[in-house]
Amino acid sequence: MLTEIVLGDDMKPNQHTGIVGYGVYIPRYRISGCEIARVWGQDAGSVPVQEKSVPGPDEDAITIGIEAAQNALKRAQVPPEKIAAVWAGSESKPYAVKPSSSIIAEAIGATPHVEAADWEFACKAGTEAMQACFALVGSGMGLYALALGIDTAQGRPADPLEYTAAAGGAAFLIGKGEESLAVLEASHSYASDTPDFFRRESNRYPVHGSRFTGEPAYFHHVVQAASELMEDIGRTPEDYQYVVFHQPNTKFPLTAAKILKFPPEKVKPGLIAPYIGNTYSGCSVLGLAATLDIASPGDRILCVSYGSGAGSDAFSFIVTDLIEERRMRAPHVSVYIERRKAVDYAVYLKYTKALVMR
Amino acid sequence: MYGGNCCHNNNSHIGGVNLEISRNWRLRNQRYRLVGTECGCGHRSFPPRRICPTCRENPQNPVQFSGTGTVYSYSTLYEAPEGFEQFIPYTVALIDLDEGPMISAQLTDVDPEDVAIGMRVEMVTRKLKEQGESGLIVYGYKFRPIVGCYP
Repeated sequence: MLTEIVLGDDMKPNQHTGIVGYGVYIPRYRISGCEIARVWGQDAGSVPVQEKSVPGPDEDAITIGIEAAQNALKRAQVPPEKIAAVWAGSESKPYAVKPSSSIIAEAIGATPHVEAADWEFACKAGTEAMQACFALVGSGMGLYALALGIDTAQGRPADPLEYTAAAGGAAFLIGKGEESLAVLEASHSYASDTPDFFRRESNRYPVHGSRFTGEPAYFHHVVQAASELMEDIGRTPEDYQYVVFHQPNTKFPLTAAKILKFPPEKVKPGLIAPYIGNTYSGCSVLGLAATLDIASPGDRILCVSYGSGAGSDAFSFIVTDLIEERRMRAPHVSVYIERRKAVDYAVYLKYTKALVMR
Repeated sequence: MYGGNCCHNNNSHIGGVNLEISRNWRLRNQRYRLVGTECGCGHRSFPPRRICPTCRENPQNPVQFSGTGTVYSYSTLYEAPEGFEQFIPYTVALIDLDEGPMISAQLTDVDPEDVAIGMRVEMVTRKLKEQGESGLIVYGYKFRPIVGCYP
């Protein structure tokens, strides 16, 4: 039986839904901003992040997604055949035509009775998939749905993006509210045609609008999505213990927090870009996972993604008692951050297939 | 025995059909999820078998192995076969799975000098090889040192 439907600007399914399990993956390799600056003769004192994660030679968005999904299932302890949808958000699909999601679904044992599809909206493809999962479960069409934000991000050599474009991802199993470790209170999506960053078909690296990516793009969409969500549901920054923003660098999320009047200490638990860089579709969802790793029952978390092109998804979550037990079942974000091996620029080129072997 | 994780380099074509695609597709359960077989007598096999090597009974039931095991022996390659050049140097190992069978697999996320007999490892699904720039990407099991849950 359906509960009362409340129509408003905020997006809220008419049945309670939430995060039943979450899992992450970050590759082992790192290259420091100083090493990249050394190669291009840039100032090592002004690099945007300390270091970034680098995919190993046998890793891509699909392998990142498989491990993140397996970790989400370890936490949820839900049989994979009960998953109604596997929706993978990425802008670094290994195949131009051939879904990543069907390979991930096969690897976790969710096939064949499953809806599998790939989603794309630059860096917010993962939260876009989450929105759809909340809607699918909230409508009663499926018991569980898996959303992934996964990327091996591209940045042109010597471009400012090269310092931050990183690899990693997170998976969120969405289910009913009563089974959730964090219940969705409401969400709000905000999008416009703002061409701050794009990559044309057959081009290897994206083009970005330099300073244009800041004010009319990132800050406008993030701040609008966050403030309108809070207004819709009558919340203020004081109601939240944690806030997570998309983090293309260290500075942007802290500035967004300042604009919205969140103190830095509410941002920092989920601020992992300084240590692993910008994992594009994996970015805000990895920050959300890092926050869930340390949150307490009753805490409220605001998570705001950003995808160039442009748009933001804002979510308000309330953490439940189930968090304590479930977060111990799979590796924390900090485990993957601390599992690191530094590589120099030559090895970085080898691992990112920049060397022509034949 | 049928299956395994070895990737031959013969991009076989018969009558215009790429046999590598169908062969890799048939092996996906064992490669992605380490699915082997278990006999009524309790013997477990990987790769999956049609007939039990212990009691000769048939059929065998599919079973998914946990993916944890111990390095029994290993060797590091510095000259790779075609399709594996980008991974050198890399280590292949014989691994005693906790549930019984011994399998051979490539190790990943570990430097060759850090590999040791008796090292505890876990299965991960990674790229095994790519059939050129426009061909199939083949995924399958590799093993790495176990990653814990807590900092």
